[in-house]
Amino acid sequence: MTPLYEPWDPARGAEIIAQHVQTEGATLVILHALQEAFGYVPEPAIPMAASALNLSRAEVYGVFTFYHDFRDKPAGRHVLKLCRAEACQAAGGDALVERAEAKLGIALGNTTADQRLTLEPIYCLGLCATAPSAMLDGRLIGRLDAARLDAIVAETQR
Amino acid sequence: MTLRIFVSGDAGAVAVGADEVALVLGLAADKRGIPIDIVRTGSRGLYWLEPMIEVATPQGRVAFGPVSEFDAGSVLEAMIADGPHPLRLGLADEIPWLKRQTRLTFARCGVIDPRSVTDYRAHDGYKGLERALTLGSDAILADVTTSGLRGRGGAGFPTGIKWKTVAQTKADRKFIVCNADEGDSGTFADRMIMEGDPFVVIEGMTIAGIAVGATKGYIYIRSEYPHAIAAMKAAIGAAERAGLLGKRIGGSHYDFELEVRVGAGAYVCGEETSLLESLEGRRGIVRAKPPLPAHRGLFGKPTVINNVLSFAAIPFILAGGAKAYAEFGMGRSRGTMPVQLAGNVRHGGLFETAFGITLGELVDDIGGGTRSGRPVRAVQVGGPLGAYFPPALFDTPFDYEAFAARDGLIGHGGIVVFDDSVDMARQARFAMEFCAIESCGKCTPCRIGSTRGVETIDRIRRGERVSENIAVIEDLCNTMKFGSLCALGGFTPYPVMSALKHFPEDFRSTPARLQAAE
Repeated sequence: MTPLYEPWDPARGAEIIAQHVQTEGATLVILHALQEAFGYVPEPAIPMAASALNLSRAEVYGVFTFYHDFRDKPAGRHVLKLCRAEACQAAGGDALVERAEAKLGIALGNTTADQRLTLEPIYCLGLCATAPSAMLDGRLIGRLDAARLDAIVAETQR
Repeated sequence: MTLRIFVSGDAGAVAVGADEVALVLGLAADKRGIPIDIVRTGSRGLYWLEPMIEVATPQGRVAFGPVSEFDAGSVLEAMIADGPHPLRLGLADEIPWLKRQTRLTFARCGVIDPRSVTDYRAHDGYKGLERALTLGSDAILADVTTSGLRGRGGAGFPTGIKWKTVAQTKADRKFIVCNADEGDSGTFADRMIMEGDPFVVIEGMTIAGIAVGATKGYIYIRSEYPHAIAAMKAAIGAAERAGLLGKRIGGSHYDFELEVRVGAGAYVCGEETSLLESLEGRRGIVRAKPPLPAHRGLFGKPTVINNVLSFAAIPFILAGGAKAYAEFGMGRSRGTMPVQLAGNVRHGGLFETAFGITLGELVDDIGGGTRSGRPVRAVQVGGPLGAYFPPALFDTPFDYEAFAARDGLIGHGGIVVFDDSVDMARQARFAMEFCAIESCGKCTPCRIGSTRGVETIDRIRRGERVSENIAVIEDLCNTMKFGSLCALGGFTPYPVMSALKHFPEDFRSTPARLQAAE
């Protein structure tokens, strides 16, 4: 299932920020909470978080851009992450990445034009003994093969 | 009589269908009117047999695997009848792959219900903490030192010395930080223990708090591990309710609270100072050392920062096992190491054993060679920053010093197996590429060296001035190794140089290679 996100709303954003602002070292906690609610970190939320944390806008923006997880725009309806790390490479993961890219007509790190699927690399899900691995909308998939990948891609296109 | 069935809830088992198996088992039992009790455990670590399910019998737990949702019904019949089944593996404890291990840290993983303090206690849990509460700081530190435990994250620093330093440093607040940012490909021991036996990590951290005088701990878990995050949070809640975390733990005068923090996809945050920066809410930029985290760590306070497996080894040691722990192993590598066999391997999983076993025994004998059935050509030991070893070096014993002597490292104990279809120049390129993607950007050798490394290996693979460019790579690796601030830039040369040294033929330009590169 695709998680349903709230549309950006400054009042809701301020509420989320206020919930965590007392936490020690709260910046990542707040960014995670914002992304969990809205599906990405809306740009107007950054100065709001900065002001609540008594940090500069640049400091919060710097944290936001440093970490791969945080998005600056919503992802597609589905997110498929394919593991690109060594254990999955050893088990044929690279060929699956190429296959997914060819089927979808996009490179890793992009979303299909119809906004249905975002295809992303991930570096290790810790499922290295049942490689190759993937994650579809937060659901883990081990022993991925071409047939299974094709089925997943077809499912997300429906 | 209610049938008690154990189904792994470990992420690795769930990824291959364990949830569906549990569901079908429940439905099948309902249909037959058989009362069953399904316990979701962690994994025993025999991943080629996952989903593995077990049933309690008077003789012990009988295992079946790998069970698909389509087999679940017939397996249930076999369980009821105690009859034969093609997937029946016999008594779980008697499976040779499990029986050959020395499970000290992972003794309970896959056995108990990871959400139950009661179950944990029934399997010797919290004995270490009980004793620690009566011992006090000095005696705990003495036990940890006696055990010879070295940091299981990869660096292998003696845990007793680290803790003693924090204990002796005066401050108004001190912290215990558990590094659960297990980003190395081929490693999953931290994930397994957090999902399968989270209380052992909590107990270890609590003991650390008592030993050094800290009252607050953080577990920094990578976001790629949602199951582990949920398991740790649930266990912390259960421990609080049982009075084993919070104020006056276990009725003593010690306080200790724990909090889970989630990473955000930065590999470099597995480096301890970068992790501390991240916990403080900043970019995961590596700090220069000194000061050591033991003197000035989280929020500038003395901090014990250890890997999950280091903390998980503590309860056994404190439950009177310090000498017993030290009796395992070889040289200066004492105790056991949870080795993780991964990649293209027939019998992949977690194998906890005393140090000293050879790489060849692990790969060929225990791992059973490749899953593809082709010959093993290379194994990478110790994650993306570990060296590639050819079968010619399979006599290397699993030991910190023995691996260092052969220009490798055991790191966090992961072994990734590759068959003869591997292109080692491509693997060397990947090592540089990964370093470029994940570099925090603070130091030049890592930030720029990794990108130049990718470009140079690309030239070699295209057959451009191969010998000159190999010299450039060697020089670059030397600069990165000695000039980088942390292990990311400093250890990336291990996979690159080992690929060059042991597999030079993959870097030579041949017509086939040139064609493939196009």
